[in-house]
Amino acid sequence: MMLTELTIAAAQGGLRRREFSAEELVGAHVAAIDRLNGRLNAFITVTSEQALDAARRADAILAGGGDVPALTGIPLGIKDLFCTDGVRTTAASRMLEDFVPPYESTVTANLLADGAVFVGKTNLDEFAMGSANITSAFGSVENPWKRAGDAETVLVPGGSSGGSAAAVAARLAMGATGTDTGGSIRQPASYCGIAGIKPTYGRCSRWGTIAFASSLDQAGPMARTVEDCAILLQSMAGFDTRDSTSVDIAVPDYRAACGRSLKGMKVGIPAEYRVAGMPAEIEAAWEQGIAWLRDAGCEIVEVSLPYTKYGLATYYIVAPAECSSNLARYDGVRFGRRVPGASLDELYEATRREGFGAEVRRRILMGTYVLSAGYYDAYYLRAQKVRNLIRKDFENAFQTVDVLLTPTAPSPAFAQGEKMDDPVQMYLNDVFTVPASMAGVPAMSVPAGLSQSGLPLGLQVIGRSFDEESVFAAASALERAAGFTHRPAVRAEVV
Amino acid sequence: MTYLIEGRDGPWELVVGLEVHAQVISQSKLFSGASASYGGEPNTHVSLVDAGFPGMLPVINRECVAQAVRTGLGLKARVNLESRFDRKNYFYADLPTGYQISQFTHPIIGEGAIEIELADGSTRMIGITRLHLEQDAGKSMHDQDPARSFIDLNRAGVALMEIVSEPDIRTPEEAGAYLRKLRMILRYLGTCDGNMEEGSMRADVNVSVRKAGEPFRTRCEIKNVNSIRYVMQAIEVEAVRQVEIWEGGGSVDQETRLFDPARSETRSLRSKEDAHDYRYFPDPDLLPLVIEEAWVQDLAAHLPELPDAKCQRFQDEYGIPRYDAGVLVAEQATADFYETVARGRDPRLAANWVIGDFFAALNRTGRTIQDSPISADALGGMLDLITDGTINGKIAKDVFEEMLESGESAAEIVERKGLRQVTDTGAIDAAVQAVLDKNPDKLAEYRSGKDKLFGFFVGQVMKAMAGKGNPALVNEALKKVL
Amino acid sequence: MSLDPATVRRIARLARIGIDESDLPALQRELNGILGWIEQLNEVDIDNVEPMVGTGHAALRMREDVVTDGDAREAVLSNAPDTAGPYYTVPKVVE
Repeated sequence: MMLTELTIAAAQGGLRRREFSAEELVGAHVAAIDRLNGRLNAFITVTSEQALDAARRADAILAGGGDVPALTGIPLGIKDLFCTDGVRTTAASRMLEDFVPPYESTVTANLLADGAVFVGKTNLDEFAMGSANITSAFGSVENPWKRAGDAETVLVPGGSSGGSAAAVAARLAMGATGTDTGGSIRQPASYCGIAGIKPTYGRCSRWGTIAFASSLDQAGPMARTVEDCAILLQSMAGFDTRDSTSVDIAVPDYRAACGRSLKGMKVGIPAEYRVAGMPAEIEAAWEQGIAWLRDAGCEIVEVSLPYTKYGLATYYIVAPAECSSNLARYDGVRFGRRVPGASLDELYEATRREGFGAEVRRRILMGTYVLSAGYYDAYYLRAQKVRNLIRKDFENAFQTVDVLLTPTAPSPAFAQGEKMDDPVQMYLNDVFTVPASMAGVPAMSVPAGLSQSGLPLGLQVIGRSFDEESVFAAASALERAAGFTHRPAVRAEVV
Repeated sequence: MTYLIEGRDGPWELVVGLEVHAQVISQSKLFSGASASYGGEPNTHVSLVDAGFPGMLPVINRECVAQAVRTGLGLKARVNLESRFDRKNYFYADLPTGYQISQFTHPIIGEGAIEIELADGSTRMIGITRLHLEQDAGKSMHDQDPARSFIDLNRAGVALMEIVSEPDIRTPEEAGAYLRKLRMILRYLGTCDGNMEEGSMRADVNVSVRKAGEPFRTRCEIKNVNSIRYVMQAIEVEAVRQVEIWEGGGSVDQETRLFDPARSETRSLRSKEDAHDYRYFPDPDLLPLVIEEAWVQDLAAHLPELPDAKCQRFQDEYGIPRYDAGVLVAEQATADFYETVARGRDPRLAANWVIGDFFAALNRTGRTIQDSPISADALGGMLDLITDGTINGKIAKDVFEEMLESGESAAEIVERKGLRQVTDTGAIDAAVQAVLDKNPDKLAEYRSGKDKLFGFFVGQVMKAMAGKGNPALVNEALKKVL
Repeated sequence: MSLDPATVRRIARLARIGIDESDLPALQRELNGILGWIEQLNEVDIDNVEPMVGTGHAALRMREDVVTDGDAREAVLSNAPDTAGPYYTVPKVVE
């Protein structure tokens, strides 16, 4: 049995039936990391020893039988944006290259409490700012997928949760945590042929997760099946008094929702997502998804989200504004990198020039500008008003439909070096994912098929606030219909 | 009363507004569970939230909100049931997150007013523009090391109320009266200890000058003045400086200044090229603060009686003069002490003793009312002895001194020293006769019309009786004989 | 609106990010590119539209006034690049 090929759901059963031990399961993934991480660079920090220790403890618990926590012995990758107690947490930034938090984020603490085993901290765009995982101070991540007939060209895994997506796709971890601010879970999931959900804003606590844009940041799981995402989100989600934006609503049984019938579900197809210049294969995948859901008993309804087209521009005001303030704490005084200076201001300026990469600096400057005196109303205030219109678009649509179906990204994974010259071109990768982020509603990417070049394409299901269940139900139906069994060229069992 | 600055070409009027930062009395900080108490070893009253660690988030303290609402109610101000928190962005060594969480566009408390009383007995209303909640910063120490400043974050994140007045203040005296009155209200409410020396109350002073009838001219802000006396001095010297600039043909720059008490001058704090741009925006880590009307009403129902109301009640209920009432309500503890003494007794006698001998004794011994050697009940017990005729007023002063020294009750002292006044008319008559016998010349003078000598005889009789004679009876006996 | 080099310098100063003169042209070009692109928001009619504040799902929760944190100087100073006894340090600030 290839342990690295198992789903989390299958491994849960196998561990409980003692078909294999947690040490064997974790060991298989640690071995795969040893073999492939040098190439893929999916992990910034690998915690093999701690993982194997944790696996042995998991085996002791499993040996005791009885009610074993859900994720006991399951090896996961943790995006290096979640603070982990005693384990270096970098945000993929030189600024935090030696930062060791004395605390555990709520999301990872929840996973640990459910028995999960962390095999390492996954790579990302610096401070989660990017769509290709090329801005990491620890080097870019390679997408384990290859274009058909082209084993050479290195493709990007998407971003910012590119390390998590690559690790899960290449079978280096059974699942991983991601964070999504404008598409950072869904877009890399789409590029790497896996599933990933950004739950409703407020569903997962942000406590202990390094902030990029506080009003948008939301943690979520990435895994190879929709059901595995449901299992992980079940553990990650939940009310947390330490996060004032966490919402006190009971977490339903997500796994059960995956099996729900879609009979009578109304699926909205937003006209405005048919953007000019959309590649035919994206359009075709979308049409295929519509057909699958119709076959599953859904009613397909055309809907209009007229302000959607302003989502991206709005995002690139709101997110940099919040980031410019959130990242002010990296000043070389209490933690992180410090570059000496003769005066306090010289210390600040040198530290922040050297500690941050070009994209982070650019966004901080952009955010500083849109908040500055004389420009606040023209940019930030206007953007927050447009954002309200975008949110109302979704509210209106959800008066008549239960979920929306769209493509996840306007293209499959592109090659490293493409789209790198013009920030705006790079930002356009998030055109389909950003609106749901702006509205705070849950959205999931699920693999739907391959492009002509043999690369995975994802479809996005968007739901009402706190109705992740309908999202899981629709995504599961798409997953079953797609029967996506393709695997990337670079993966654990390929030597 | 008008306060005018005599310039070269005529008088100038003063315009002052005050921004007071009052530290909220609470157990823990505004947005973290670390202790808000003063002192403590450096960096021990600090949570990772206060130190701005990555991923740390603010959660608001209900009591700090309640304290702001109580203060708003005490200032007869509008309580805004919905308010918001904004980030004020700037870099400084003692500001760990790079922003201060404050309330910019939607403060929790709106317009209110404070009535101030001036030395001439007149009163004025000073408008309150707003009150908002915000975080305090940490502390930098610059004198411990030749090359470095040291940072202690114990104060970082402690709740402050910023209380902003309208530019209604026209004299340094009014500024002082406003601050004293505000401090009194805060102390009554228990929302701030008002201790300016420890920095738990500090004032930013906005000063401008103008010719009568003009609109406002440019103002300067004098930051962080830490005593009422300095506030008054700073206003005086700043006004004179501005008048000199205007009259010299120049113009006053809007800027932040510091008051240097040693040199009695203000000086510019920041150069213009580094003008601040705080980039306020709503804090995305916090949702709008929405409070219930019922909660506000409940807080209002439990407010203590405030100085103005108490002062009026003391006049009405106890029949004491406005001045005395004002003195007694200046501190809650004093007012409580007085009421305990006055309860069931002659309230005027009680007021005279509390304001007179009792205050003098505290002053003399350097004690406060909290650690006074004479309790209110003990003082009341002594007044009872006066009222029931056990001792007279003169003996009472001796008894009081003895109480101060020994801590004994008045009754014990009277008993031990045998100070009970003599009301036996036989004994008094005998003493009177003895005095007359000893002073035949004075008696003759008196009888020839020197009425003033009556006092002399009273004194001699009292002296003969070691002060214990009942003064009324002594008078009566003397009159009879003379 | 378009950024001139002086404005780029000013916002870099506000953000305390050191920049070289040689960085300016590229930064100015990139930021102006982004700004030009987000100008599209000017065509949206935002009259009588409230800005989005909060999530709409909850009001601010208040915690009880209890000391639950602090007294952890070791953790507070654990990642500091420079300390002096119990203090963080910065280059001497002249006030």
